[in-house]
Amino acid sequence: MTGQLTHGPGSRAPGAPTEPPDEVEPGVDLAGELDADVEARLEAETSEGPQELAPEEATEEVELLIEQGSVLRLPEDSAAEAPLDPDRDNVRFGEGETMIINLGPQHPSTHGVLRMMLELEGETVLRSKPVIGYLHTGMEKTAEELTYFQGATNVTRMDYLAPLSNELTFSLAVEKLLDVQIPPRATWIRMLMAELQRISSHVIWAATNGMDLASTTMMIFGFRERELLLSFFEKVTGLRMNHNYIRPGGVAADLPDGWEDDVEVICDTIEARVGDYDELLTGQPIFRERTEGVGVISPELAVALSATGPILRAAGVAWDLRRSMPYLAYGEVDFDVVVGTVGDTFDRYAVRLNEIRESIRIVRQVLEKMPPGDYRVQDKKVTPPPRARIDESMEALIHHFKLFTRGLEPPAGEVYVGTESPRGEVGCYLVSDGSNKPYRMHWRAPSFVNLQSVPALLRGGLLADAIAILSSVDPVLGEVDR
Amino acid sequence: MLDTSPPEGVEPVSASVTGLEGIPAAWSRGDEILFPPLDRYVPAAAALRRGGFLTCIDLCGVDYLRHMGRALPAGVAPERFEVVVQLLSHERRRYVRLRVQVPEADPVVPTLFHLYPGSENMEREAYDLFGIRFEGHPDPTRILMPQDWEGHPLRKDYGVGRVPVQFKEAPGPR
Repeated sequence: MTGQLTHGPGSRAPGAPTEPPDEVEPGVDLAGELDADVEARLEAETSEGPQELAPEEATEEVELLIEQGSVLRLPEDSAAEAPLDPDRDNVRFGEGETMIINLGPQHPSTHGVLRMMLELEGETVLRSKPVIGYLHTGMEKTAEELTYFQGATNVTRMDYLAPLSNELTFSLAVEKLLDVQIPPRATWIRMLMAELQRISSHVIWAATNGMDLASTTMMIFGFRERELLLSFFEKVTGLRMNHNYIRPGGVAADLPDGWEDDVEVICDTIEARVGDYDELLTGQPIFRERTEGVGVISPELAVALSATGPILRAAGVAWDLRRSMPYLAYGEVDFDVVVGTVGDTFDRYAVRLNEIRESIRIVRQVLEKMPPGDYRVQDKKVTPPPRARIDESMEALIHHFKLFTRGLEPPAGEVYVGTESPRGEVGCYLVSDGSNKPYRMHWRAPSFVNLQSVPALLRGGLLADAIAILSSVDPVLGEVDR
Repeated sequence: MLDTSPPEGVEPVSASVTGLEGIPAAWSRGDEILFPPLDRYVPAAAALRRGGFLTCIDLCGVDYLRHMGRALPAGVAPERFEVVVQLLSHERRRYVRLRVQVPEADPVVPTLFHLYPGSENMEREAYDLFGIRFEGHPDPTRILMPQDWEGHPLRKDYGVGRVPVQFKEAPGPR
């Protein structure tokens, strides 16, 4: 045995013979060598079978062609049976030896339990494939067992960095099924919270992205700013995360007294701090070197791969649901859709950074225009009565009882609602059979779909850049796996 | 509950896209829905793609085992499974939804991958959770569940709460 194990200072006299500790499995040599059968067993235990990336030499040329996206360059009708053309389809790599390595599922740069399988030639990433599902808990199945009021508590846990965006989408879908109009104040409160959520999500992205590119200062900065927003969320909703604040019919509670002062402080602080980020990263030569021209995606490819959010906008497609298909009251506020030109990692950084500024602009307008009135709809079939009414009105008691024992019962039908979350289009497809629980709830998770762009972004880049690229896609594994 | 006519001031997509003639259409809460039969599913998607619907924004399965009496337009026979596709046109700023009836006996649907490469993960998910196979899909594997998992969890006849949490060392689900 070559490896020296130390058991803490002073536990063993120098030069004393070392013994392997008891807990080491037989067959595992501490120097790193594994017995063949142990290796085979470990491999069998961790294998995902055909979900994994097969080596290039074991992959047919047609499949390689599909991976390269050649089908996109062909006319659509001939794409399925296009013959291989040796001039056009140079799908095999050179003679060099390739190896497949795993990035994750336990790796800090994957932001969760994402496993990237990368086929490398030297330091160049040739092919890659995300292997997911490690966090799958069947939340869509769970949603079928929860009433419409409970449903928001389920979806809020999917994208844990933007829970309010999820609640918003679910509530809008339920309201579309019920065909209720929520009061203006509820709409504007939702908009305020959704934009603050976008800021909070983008600063945490800036923090983790900085961390991946070895800027620990940025990480501390980002978490510091997020704390400001989370304390405000806690003041309004009672919780820092997973708020269940935006509910079908409005919001859970009105904004607390003095919320204007808090929001003003948040706007002023974040605005100044975004300037700090600019100073720290935007002009910094190392940061630019690592991000410019890295992980480029063309607008056509981004559209074809169903990418949404900052990935699509960085590629130059001015598509933002808040502007293109306005929901809530986004048609009444003034803001710009931030668009990149190159579609590289730096553009995705710049888009997010400037979206923070645009969100601050929206929040300031919400501050001015916040209408008075109810914060939830005064429809007795949707909103439970206030506690005091139950003591004096039989009808209120019945409504209270019905809402809390049965819940909402929207008429049979199905709707799809998409909104712009910090990561892209988050969509809810809801089927009702007329009972008090959704018959089917499908969640269109932006990270799940955006992960399809990753192999296209990584192709031909360096392994070190893969970290920067992966971080710029900003996947949240809670919603990838659901 | 389906409406047969569009909301006021909205022009139906099927009127301005050629190749959709004869496909039953309906409206639900202001969303336009087309119900192509299985053999016209890919041609309908191709026609919509030519008409500017360049992105497949969502694709999912639905198991209607316990809700077979759902509202469908005339000429569409209900089947157990449906594949529901949302297509998006950036230019028109419109969604259109395709609902395809998939029989229980032979749940196979042609893939949309060659028209919309972005449907890859979504079709794998629909296969994984519903057992609907997508013919011609380049990577027809499970995506969320382990590869050796038995059954398709989002089917309505798949038991809930009977399967212990899966660890590698623990005995298998059944």
